[in-house]
Amino acid sequence: MATDIHSSSGQGHGDGHGQGQHRLGKGPSKGGGPGGGPGGALSDAKPVLRKVLLENGALSGLVVLTVVLAAMSPDFLSTQNLLNVGVQAAVTAILAFGVTFVVVAGGIDLSVGSVAALSAIMLGYTSTKEGLPVWLSVLLAVGTGVACGLVSGGLIAYGKLPPFIATLAMLSVGRGLSLVLSEGTPIALPASVATVGETLGGWFPLPLVVLVVMGGITSLVLARTYSGRSMYAIGGNEEAARLSGIRVRRQKLVIYGLSGAFAAVAGIVLASRLASAQPQAATGYELDAIAAVVIGGASLAGGVGKASGTLIGALILAVLRNGLNLLEVSIFWQQVVIGAVIALAVLLDTLRRRA
Amino acid sequence: MSTPDPPPSRELLRTEGIRKTFTGVVALDGVDFDLHEGEVHVLLGENGAGKSTLIKVLSGVHRADSGRVLRDGKPVRIHSAGDAERLGVATMHQEFNLVPHLSVAENIFLGRQPRRFGLLDRSRMNADAAEVLGRVGVDIPPDTPVRELGVARSQMVEIAKALSLRARVLIMDEPTAALTADEVEKLFDLVRRLRADGVGIVFITHHLEEIAALGDRVTVLRDGRSVGRTPASTPRDDLVRMMVGRSIEQQYPRETGTPRATSGNAEAPLLRVSGLGRAGSFSGVGFELRAGEVVGLAGLVGAGRTEVARAVFGADPYDSGTVEVQGRRLRRHDINAALAAGIGLVPEDRKGQGLLPDSSVEDNLGLVTLRRASRAGFVNLTGQQESASRIAGRLNVRMSGLGQRMGTLSGGNQQKVVIGKWLLAQSRVLILDEPTRGIDVGAKVEIYELINELTASGHAVLMISSDLPEVLGMSDRVLVMAQGRIAGELAAREATQDAVMRLAVGTAHEQGTPASKTKDKEGLRGH
Repeated sequence: MATDIHSSSGQGHGDGHGQGQHRLGKGPSKGGGPGGGPGGALSDAKPVLRKVLLENGALSGLVVLTVVLAAMSPDFLSTQNLLNVGVQAAVTAILAFGVTFVVVAGGIDLSVGSVAALSAIMLGYTSTKEGLPVWLSVLLAVGTGVACGLVSGGLIAYGKLPPFIATLAMLSVGRGLSLVLSEGTPIALPASVATVGETLGGWFPLPLVVLVVMGGITSLVLARTYSGRSMYAIGGNEEAARLSGIRVRRQKLVIYGLSGAFAAVAGIVLASRLASAQPQAATGYELDAIAAVVIGGASLAGGVGKASGTLIGALILAVLRNGLNLLEVSIFWQQVVIGAVIALAVLLDTLRRRA
Repeated sequence: MSTPDPPPSRELLRTEGIRKTFTGVVALDGVDFDLHEGEVHVLLGENGAGKSTLIKVLSGVHRADSGRVLRDGKPVRIHSAGDAERLGVATMHQEFNLVPHLSVAENIFLGRQPRRFGLLDRSRMNADAAEVLGRVGVDIPPDTPVRELGVARSQMVEIAKALSLRARVLIMDEPTAALTADEVEKLFDLVRRLRADGVGIVFITHHLEEIAALGDRVTVLRDGRSVGRTPASTPRDDLVRMMVGRSIEQQYPRETGTPRATSGNAEAPLLRVSGLGRAGSFSGVGFELRAGEVVGLAGLVGAGRTEVARAVFGADPYDSGTVEVQGRRLRRHDINAALAAGIGLVPEDRKGQGLLPDSSVEDNLGLVTLRRASRAGFVNLTGQQESASRIAGRLNVRMSGLGQRMGTLSGGNQQKVVIGKWLLAQSRVLILDEPTRGIDVGAKVEIYELINELTASGHAVLMISSDLPEVLGMSDRVLVMAQGRIAGELAAREATQDAVMRLAVGTAHEQGTPASKTKDKEGLRGH
């Protein structure tokens, strides 16, 4: 997959919609073939760009959305606003990266929102109430996410529960435990954790840094590791994978464990932005995460999906929310529009594939 | 027998210059075909020749890029299954289009169930279904769930459905592939009756002997073109030559009965299975496999051949007995132990168990070696690609590139990839379960040649096959299973269709063999 020219160029475009805009202008000098003059390079790049957009429905959607919003609202393309969109996308995207592993392997994880909240509560509880050092609390928080994932994965791999049921159970258990642990009230975070929600050098939001790092890890895991390649195999045909010596059950533990770890990181980022861990945080975020994965071109049947697609899916959701806010569309109508866009995005992708 | 001229009856269907490409790969390149009332027109060609694509164009699954389809002489557009239905064109695909949990009657009238006051009129539906089933000549209660039917009777339900739609054109894609000899005869009787009623039938088969038995005319497809039209009485060798564009000197290239197998007698067997048993499936199964030999495993479907193969490979557990590779005992029910010891399994159900349809050829080839090619969790992708490229070249896999989606390869090429992944893993013992099922003549010969090459270089092959001439033609020894036991072993020179058959139908020597609960026994098919 990683050796496929198209997919790697698709990944290149996944580093942000803002860059996508820049590429319109800068692309030719970078991507132009050797030997072509400036003019020649320009005419070479256009078909390449068109091809990339045609082969990646979600990316085209993001570009169209950006262009339309830029035309309708002068504030949209300001640096401040774009960074804002990135911060808004970060939590969804990090959750969605974790869900990407699961969906590629043909499963589903409904528990990521609850697990995110539980991990954040664990961080707040151990650091503020128990007074543990912050590094240890962060470790425990991520460990909590991994443990939740391993439990779901164990139920699925060894208990033969359908992923939908196992993670639905974890959704409830995780939310319940976070309420129990916090006694239903938010826990303030130590200042050192809350800085994760702030900025680098006074302007670049740290959540974006986390987003980029987690995206990089996702891409690396999917494309280059034994576990990642196994995910495609298990999602593509579980029995064929098993008969080829892939340790399917063990890999399922890895897959759901990774999803739990990513959920924990997302929970920490969310809590740090709010400077407190809230037991009701990230409620319903699992659906946004799944939507982002699916908009990004992954198949719920398994075997297909990429980190770049998921990032684009999360950005589409964030750009849309941000744009609708700028245009002062009521919050009620926003939900209607977002639902329609999810359906439309997947519909277009299906039609494009059939053609 | 007919003549190459079309029968004097009315023309039902005609295609002119049908062309269809899939992302740059030409599947059909100008196909001309016609079908008349009351004829069985056989469509012949290797896998990948375009037969399936053509019938998918005719049944509304694919749209042709160019060319015309005429029905009763008038140009028509078939863009959906509904269009085909309205035009009286019914198709029986290789994979049945039946809903397993619904009843036979509901399947026959799916989407057009008789209704009364908006509610399903079940009694009328069952009565109508019984009437149609009667015309087909099968005795199935209309309220039986389809999942309880075997392959043969499911097929009859499909035909009943086509009849109930008043189809004038019936397209049958390899309808005999999974039938016993008896069932094939019944099917042929039915097809002959439909033909007498004036239905035009497009019949796809890989069994050449069926052509003379049933067909009127034959159209041969090769590389997406119609390359010839001949009467069904054309000699088989000529048909094969038209299909592959060359003559096949020998359908089974193995030189059996040579001392190849016995020369290595001194060394220990590569694989030794003894006393293997699992309650309800098989018992007391023992055999040896030596380097350089092909051992055929024959028997009726349900005799326990696949079950034994899967147990030896570690895919399923067994209750008693041992499996040893080069003297070392393998852990029970552990695929990775078998794999590490050098056993490879090419499963019987290629699509369901052998391949990743959405992944690339490269990923499919590298599946078994994925683990070995990993260091600290990271896969050596360059190395994997080089190996895949090397093996694809050696096996002559026809593809647009290593990145091509596996699901879009033809059956024969898919099978080469499935075998190829085990060669990359350097498995010395290969268990091939129905390795040539649903594969065309040309690709079959390539697989036979590959088997020869492998055994010549010291591999051992256990070949399970229901194709008796294939077992006899390729094996150095033949093991015959019946009712979960090895009923006998025959050396190549004493193995005849009769001898194998006698053992397979098992004039069972002992009582107490595991009760075989097979409902529909698939007979061994002789040519």
